[in-house]
Amino acid sequence: MKTLQHAQRGAIASIPMIIGGIPFGLLFGSLAIANDLSIWFAIAMSSIVFAGSAQFVALGLIAAGAPIWVIVLTTFVVNLRHILYAADMLKFVKHLPLKLRLFMGFGLIDETYAAVRPMYDMGSANKDTGHKAYIGSFFSFYLMWNVTTVIGALAGELIPGISQWGLEFAMVATFISIVTPYLKSVPYWGAFAVAIVASVALREMPNHLGLIMATLMAVTTGYVLDRDDAQHASQEAKHV
Amino acid sequence: MSNAQLTLIIIGMFLVTYSVRTVLFASAHKAHIPDWLNKALKFVPISVLTAIIAPMSLTNANGLLLTLFNPWLVGALTCLVVGLFFQRQLLTICVGVMVFFVMKVFVVA
Repeated sequence: MKTLQHAQRGAIASIPMIIGGIPFGLLFGSLAIANDLSIWFAIAMSSIVFAGSAQFVALGLIAAGAPIWVIVLTTFVVNLRHILYAADMLKFVKHLPLKLRLFMGFGLIDETYAAVRPMYDMGSANKDTGHKAYIGSFFSFYLMWNVTTVIGALAGELIPGISQWGLEFAMVATFISIVTPYLKSVPYWGAFAVAIVASVALREMPNHLGLIMATLMAVTTGYVLDRDDAQHASQEAKHV
Repeated sequence: MSNAQLTLIIIGMFLVTYSVRTVLFASAHKAHIPDWLNKALKFVPISVLTAIIAPMSLTNANGLLLTLFNPWLVGALTCLVVGLFFQRQLLTICVGVMVFFVMKVFVVA
């Protein structure tokens, strides 16, 4: 397969999430204008920072008159989860040239990780092709995010209530369709259950800290259950 | 805020975001992830994706919404059942989204 075809596969795997992201991009552009910020500021945010939820948090903090260091520090905390994605992706990218890795890092967002990471597990991506699918996903999100930011900023309130339509459900459906193939053994079910309970229980924590805590608790659960499984297996092997 | 301050915000936000995303990738060729950590990291996708969508599906601004009149919950459960049963990604998404919007239009409204 050619490079372009791998990139297309990454982009196609991202389509449902791109649709789910459209209302957020429109909303970001229109909120920036509603907060008396210029369209150039909105464009700079989406094209240079490229971090959905952190951009919304920053708008709120700017409106509240927070000092710059608070805005930057909050952005750091909100985006901390991306380091987990990087750690998990490391084994698939470590053989690639440094420049390519530095470029890929810019596009390490929730959706691209969600779309491309499972492709390695399901056998539709490998060390030689995965980064092409990744870049295809990254580019299509980058395009959507910047185009919708501009439209949102230009349209302002022309699309009233689009944020209430529920287009984000496309993201929920996609994430579940990514999660279900993993649900084949006790450790994964354990991680799944703990992630649900903990993320709901901790949802009021500020700056996505609840999300990070719930993720760490779920990962730990999966790891411990997995290790117990392995120990049982090796003990049984000894008995035989 | 002045333009200088807004520029500083963009630069600051870019620097922290890019650093978090790139710090491990940059040192990937010499970084060694211990075996136990790699075993734990394989649970990151299911954990983080579930933790992002569970509050969206199970709660609203007023708290838990564990009823069959909640389109988010019913849509999510539909996806889960279809996904577990058929293992077809596109089918899961399409059926779930359809159920969600039908509920939103006819049941809730």
